[in-house]
Amino acid sequence: MFDELLARLQQKHRTGAFPGAEPQIPPRARCLPAVDLGTCGCASGCNACAAACPTGAITVNGKVCFDLGKCLFCPDCAAACPKSAIRFGTDYRLATRTRDDLRVATDPLRLAAALEGETRRLFGRSLKLRQVSAAGCNACEADCNVLNTLVFDLGRFGIQFVASPRHADGVLVTGPVSRNMLLGLRKTYEAIPSPRLVIAVGACAISGGPFAGHPEVLNGAGEVVPIDLFIPGCPPHPYTILDGLLRLLGRR
Amino acid sequence: MTEPKPKSIRNLEPLGLDKVPVLDVSGFRRTIVDAVRNGARVSSFFGVPASALAEGNAATPAPDGAASPVRLFAVLASVETGTLSVLSALVQGEYPSLTPECPQVHWFEREIWEQWSVKPAGHPWLKPIRFHAPYAPTGSGAAAGAEIGVAEFFRIEGAEVHEVAVGPVHAGVIEPGHFRFQCHGENVYHLEISLGYQHRGVEPALVGGPNRRTLHYLETLAGDTSVGHATAYARLVEALAGAAAPPRAMSLRGIALELERLANHTGDLGALAGDVAYLPTASYCGRLRGDFLNLSALLCGNRFGRGLIVPGGVNFDADRELIAELQARLAAAAADVQGAVELLWQTPSVMARFENTGALSLELATELGLVGPVARACGARMDVRHDFPAGIYQFVQVPMSTWNTGDVFARAYVRWLEIQKSIAFIQERAEALPDGACRQDLPVAPDRRQFAVSLVEGWRGEICHVAITNSAGRFIRYKIVDPSFHNWIGLAMALRGQPISDFPLCNKSFNLSYCGHDL
Repeated sequence: MFDELLARLQQKHRTGAFPGAEPQIPPRARCLPAVDLGTCGCASGCNACAAACPTGAITVNGKVCFDLGKCLFCPDCAAACPKSAIRFGTDYRLATRTRDDLRVATDPLRLAAALEGETRRLFGRSLKLRQVSAAGCNACEADCNVLNTLVFDLGRFGIQFVASPRHADGVLVTGPVSRNMLLGLRKTYEAIPSPRLVIAVGACAISGGPFAGHPEVLNGAGEVVPIDLFIPGCPPHPYTILDGLLRLLGRR
Repeated sequence: MTEPKPKSIRNLEPLGLDKVPVLDVSGFRRTIVDAVRNGARVSSFFGVPASALAEGNAATPAPDGAASPVRLFAVLASVETGTLSVLSALVQGEYPSLTPECPQVHWFEREIWEQWSVKPAGHPWLKPIRFHAPYAPTGSGAAAGAEIGVAEFFRIEGAEVHEVAVGPVHAGVIEPGHFRFQCHGENVYHLEISLGYQHRGVEPALVGGPNRRTLHYLETLAGDTSVGHATAYARLVEALAGAAAPPRAMSLRGIALELERLANHTGDLGALAGDVAYLPTASYCGRLRGDFLNLSALLCGNRFGRGLIVPGGVNFDADRELIAELQARLAAAAADVQGAVELLWQTPSVMARFENTGALSLELATELGLVGPVARACGARMDVRHDFPAGIYQFVQVPMSTWNTGDVFARAYVRWLEIQKSIAFIQERAEALPDGACRQDLPVAPDRRQFAVSLVEGWRGEICHVAITNSAGRFIRYKIVDPSFHNWIGLAMALRGQPISDFPLCNKSFNLSYCGHDL
């Protein structure tokens, strides 16, 4: 008993001040990418970033356009740029309400708007989610799970991962949706009472990620269920996920 | 004519493909069975269609309806000599199964059957492991793309016997898989584990590489082992080119690999505590796991170490200031982990649940070819870092951690021993980081077909990658064996005779990868 109390003192209070204070994102984190238009050579036909991208997330058409839904937030494009014009910033806020909003060039990213009307009233202060990993690699799953730890303390926002779709208000999908998980995902979704939400977490669930185009997978959850919230990343930082959830509920 | 002998190579020693001996099927079988009886372990065992290996001269197509020939490759690891034996045999349609004499290849033979439609005749347990269409749609008796979940599950009959089916979607935030328990009351007679839900077709997609996606396939092969698989891949590409990463990169890779081990082992100890409802350690370790992940992010921006490792070295250097921060934060986390974990060993209610639960004997672990902390918890002395050292582990030894009771306690305690050693390793490596570049350009691989094996001790155990390249250096085959591939059967065996309510605890004490298995 004494040992437990001593250990408790040693471990201190660790719950983060988020959302009251901004979280500490590691300086080297690769979140929202940006292109320095002054140095970018795409006007003179440079295509090096697009050619290096493993998932075809970059298109160059007079300007560099990122599809954050495909982006693995890897260092390959920035390393390939002969002018070092690409920088990944530390702005962790990346969640959107539509697939199209994830395609960004020079305009700022349109972050997710809150739910409206009845769904907001129903879920705004209590959201229960069933998580389905449909061929996710366990990185997105891990960074969802970590929201339950005392640092993030997801429960204080009224959000909880529940064990049964019957208890859930929505499904949070990770992974590109393997053909072998198609039935599992569909049945889970159908078992959730309406109205229900779908949240896609990670490049795989949004676009198939590195597995896009494989005959063994669908290219993301959107081919099976309608998605209400897109949280990009490979995996998204836990604060990116939490920020997205809170925006959806109108709490940020 | 004397029969060819298996060729002995070292970890990361490339071999001309024409030097890989081809034995006849009976010699191949006998060699493997004898070697395993004498203490070797099957690290990898896989098929490649002979047509894919016949470069330059067009393969003779098999007559309609006949099975096309497939070449089987086996890699046997010998801890005593620190060498790998490589051998192969050409088979067509079917061959006599090795499993009855050498149980540890049971899963490999099922995989070969499912991938290439080559039937191991006499296999006692022949069913799909991933439920996908065959890679080569020829041959007989193949799984032929069986529908997932539809299989001849093992069944016990009897008045009071009942069956419990769990998954693929589980209650927690975890990957999918299907578990069938044959129970008598609370008691589990048998557990059958049926996977494949995570199958993404990674191995076929790696053929023809390396290309711009290859590294990302490896980093996402098992997301919690991004550094382990990326290290195995990067070293393999370097070895095929006859090069190695610079010393500074070796050290940084070693630090990243041990950080990955720390994060996962700490998370596992917390989860084990949670499963026996001991909340203090569960909460503390949940947080501390994140602290270790954040140290990986400090190095390379990604909590799972993605983007750090590339063939030729590492993408991110660490200056003195960053290293000092790493050391200070690691020291703080180390003290907190010690406080959190030692509570477990002094709490009788925890120990009562850990001890004698899900025990495996050393004999069984050896016979099944189990790897990693699971095997070391049974007393098996094996650790790639020690037995087949590569990279920084050639120069610095991490002491091997073993225990001998083979139960949940042993699997937990071995993790704790490894945590302490990984922390010491990182602190020492950070202190003595070699100067120089952290990345170098690789020479062009020699103009010949090559075969090479890369072994890494990931946090779950032995990661084995085998590459077979054509003369242009492209992969004809890239075979991956995640440690989970060996160890899932260990979990099934550990459950025998246990109450079904101990399944979550036993499962957590293995904590195996679904996608690493399903590929």
